Amino acid sequence: MLTKRIIPCLDIKDNRTVKGVNFLDLRDAGDPVELASRYAKYGADELVFLDITATHEKRKTLAELVLKVAQQIDIPFTVGGGISSIEDVSVLLQNGADKVSINSAAVKNPPLINDLVDRFGSQCIVVAVDAKKIEDQWKVHLVGGKVPTPVDLFEWVSEATDRGAGEILFTSMNHDGTKAGFANEALATMSKLINIPIIASGGAGNIHHFIEVFKKGKADAALAASVFHYKEIPIGYLKEKLSKKGIPIRLVTKETIQRSIK
Amino acid sequence: MKIVIVDYGVGNIQSLKFAIERLGYQARLTESSEEILNADKVFFPGVGEAKNAMAMLNDKGLDQTVRQLKVPTLGICLGMQLMCQQSEEGNTQGLGLLPCVVKRFENHLKVPQIGWNHFDWVKGDLFQSLKPTEYMYSVHSYYVPLGDWTIACSDYGTPYSSALQIDNFYGVQFHPEKSSFSGSQLLLNFLKL
Repeated sequence: MLTKRIIPCLDIKDNRTVKGVNFLDLRDAGDPVELASRYAKYGADELVFLDITATHEKRKTLAELVLKVAQQIDIPFTVGGGISSIEDVSVLLQNGADKVSINSAAVKNPPLINDLVDRFGSQCIVVAVDAKKIEDQWKVHLVGGKVPTPVDLFEWVSEATDRGAGEILFTSMNHDGTKAGFANEALATMSKLINIPIIASGGAGNIHHFIEVFKKGKADAALAASVFHYKEIPIGYLKEKLSKKGIPIRLVTKETIQRSIK
Repeated sequence: MKIVIVDYGVGNIQSLKFAIERLGYQARLTESSEEILNADKVFFPGVGEAKNAMAMLNDKGLDQTVRQLKVPTLGICLGMQLMCQQSEEGNTQGLGLLPCVVKRFENHLKVPQIGWNHFDWVKGDLFQSLKPTEYMYSVHSYYVPLGDWTIACSDYGTPYSSALQIDNFYGVQFHPEKSSFSGSQLLLNFLKL
């Protein structure tokens, strides 16, 4: 049986993890590769690297980071942040990224989704959407949620699906940072509407929230950052709890961790 | 041991090279027919669309090369699907090593299947010390049906061949290079065949 996925998200700026991390026994908590290997070892199913570097050097440094991650990490990872062309995607995939996520560029130029899918295949094109509920209407926002648009969330994810997107990564701006749970109602609506996997993002605060996002939100995967970075929820423990609640999940046992350390 | 990865222009094959290196072996990416035919172990990867991938393989003349191989050869994902007679994806003629048609998932579940799935059963040396309860990472919309060739069975709305073997040709639908400890074990098993 296919399992639900738990995905830590690492925000990257100038090749360092930002938002802070709290692994006391890491030599360098800001090193994304070290943090990523740690997550991989303890049972993360995938990783997302979101690059928020704003400088001209961005493209080159991100490609270098992707190469380092690919060399050392043995689970799939997605790279996102300011990707807007076939060339951007090509470099990242060549350097070993499994998937890329596109956000604002796709809303501004929807045929970009078709172009990327034709060139690289649906399996590696994730369409990320930031949306906010305003007076009962979910509206898509751009540039990391800063710029509102009149685009309706559900119409947009349907269009992205029709254009060949392999997955949708939906961040609810109403829930992001609140630690009060995911946008389960909107997620469940979306899940009925489209037939590709949905990654839920925004609002994870405790284990119960993850149970709810899979049971009520019908999400295929749940993404979170701070609850993992600050070790508030250890991934292995979270997965045991989810499994006990009857949610199909890949458990990483102590034996497998031991085996890999040797 | 000479290990090669058939490089015919598809997908993310760096990850496979890195995974082999993490196990302490070296692998060369190559499109040289001679080099492929002189290898001890051959990886035949594939990501993307079947018709396009098969056309690239044919253009480089590597379809004949792969068919001639006598050493253990591991098709991964689309690579495994191309070992079959035909694929419903783009109505593509495959290498014809297996007498079967690759089908599209037709069920109420989401397509593509993306994520970690386990096995109903496994058999043979490729799965040595791997239990059916171990998970592998897959991304695919098409599948190889069960048959005499099936050496591992998984289920996604329908049971399918998550691994197969015919003579020296092995195939896995999942990505061992992205499947953490379990995937590394499988790659190691293949390298020790």
